[in-house]
Amino acid sequence: MASLRLKSFSPPVRDDRSPVRISVSGLSKSYGAQGVLHDISLEVKPGEIFVIMGPSGSGKSVLMRHIAGLELPSAGTVAINGQDPSLPETRDRFALALVFQSGALFNSLSVYENLALYPLEHRLCPKPEIRERVMRALRILSIENAVHKLPAELSGGMKKRVAIARALVMEPQVILYDEPTSELDPVMAATIAEIIATLKEQFSVTSVVVSHDRDLAFAIADRIAVLHQGRLIAVQTPAELRENRDPIIREFLQPAINLQEPRFKKLEANHD
Amino acid sequence: MNRINEVFEAFGSALILAWRAFRSLPSAPRILRRVSEQGYLAGYTTLPIVAILLFFIGAVLALQAGNTLRDFGAKQLIGTLVGESIARELGPVMVAILLAGRVGSAVTAELASMRVSGEIDALVTMNIPPERMLVLPRLLAVLLITPVLTIIGNIIGWFGGAIVCAGVSTIGVEPEMYFQALKQYLTVQDIMDGLIKAEIFGFVVMLIACSTGLRTRGGPREIGFAVTKSVVFSLIAILTLDYFITKALD
Repeated sequence: MASLRLKSFSPPVRDDRSPVRISVSGLSKSYGAQGVLHDISLEVKPGEIFVIMGPSGSGKSVLMRHIAGLELPSAGTVAINGQDPSLPETRDRFALALVFQSGALFNSLSVYENLALYPLEHRLCPKPEIRERVMRALRILSIENAVHKLPAELSGGMKKRVAIARALVMEPQVILYDEPTSELDPVMAATIAEIIATLKEQFSVTSVVVSHDRDLAFAIADRIAVLHQGRLIAVQTPAELRENRDPIIREFLQPAINLQEPRFKKLEANHD
Repeated sequence: MNRINEVFEAFGSALILAWRAFRSLPSAPRILRRVSEQGYLAGYTTLPIVAILLFFIGAVLALQAGNTLRDFGAKQLIGTLVGESIARELGPVMVAILLAGRVGSAVTAELASMRVSGEIDALVTMNIPPERMLVLPRLLAVLLITPVLTIIGNIIGWFGGAIVCAGVSTIGVEPEMYFQALKQYLTVQDIMDGLIKAEIFGFVVMLIACSTGLRTRGGPREIGFAVTKSVVFSLIAILTLDYFITKALD
């Protein structure tokens, strides 16, 4: 159903902006004495779907916030086509959308106003065209009925879809997704995965996805990076990663539930 | 030492915020709707409290001064005392305190909650400066409504005094005599000085509210702390500035 809807979606008219390259070089981040990221270097190619995976607390979201320009590195650099993403000028040149885990919708604005905010503020096109763009994005995500609702009236899954719709309206060159399928049922999670993949196909958007969701990662990723305790331990294609024998990666990708020797008891024993 | 650093950091951040907000002033025509919304929220909803508070301040002032001046045989000067006190001091200070408690706290809570829930980050990634969308409309709104609130508050305070003077038999000053004394000594300069004070107080209260809200990090507990901090800083700023502005205007 979702793919049918997506096929009927005619691509918005883009200017000559092309997909962009993201370069992270020697990135380290500390908060006080606590190091969160250690010497991360990676390259996201134009139009690629790049998934960042890793256990909770491994620094995935912090890495994404650096790519979005919301955090400044303690050491190293992040660049979007060679430009610093934290500078407003860079955001002027390259449209970047971040789909927050919580949605981060503007609570005082209706769904329509949330989606129309970016094109209105940047005067991208006349109001009727903005309306058309907004309704098209809502149609893709099957949430046209929510157009006049406030975010507080939406479920967690609906909020996530509105957040993705808001990113679509921006017609970005880079979309960063922070846990796009968390809190979603399996069907909606599959729909979101299809949307991410279709955006790449139709608009060649460079996509960076932070996720725990193995199914999502292996289904849509061109390459997957695995973070562990703030360090990058692998950047591979899904096929290569499946064959990877590194015990940390194996443990993360296929954690066996062992009722005879539970992990927490081992941890307690080590602690003592 | 950390506490002192924090105060200086807050002060510096507020100044930078004001500068960034006013740098977006050329886009003011585009944010007129937001200015009017904020003006309505800050002005219309504060007006009833301003009216009640200043009515009773005028009344109490007249009651206290009336009995004392009567003993000295100078009760015809009650109008002057109430008029000057309210116009130069109590009107602007009380309006600012009400703005800090009623509007500043709400603004801090709203912006802090937006910061904590990621809405501010969303604006930044959309390249919509929060200073332009959230701060400038509030600063302009408060600059527009504070003098109006102060003038209305002053007038209501003067009437509060007049009613007490006429209604309390031990004072017994007719409204005609009260307002004549008020007009005789109260100058336009006195009223203007009061309005200048009110304008500065209102601006500082809103700047502290916005800056404190936007600097909030953490969760719901920190939002509560931010609101308390905003109101306390605002009250300290109002009373400290009051001394220096009064001295400068003398």
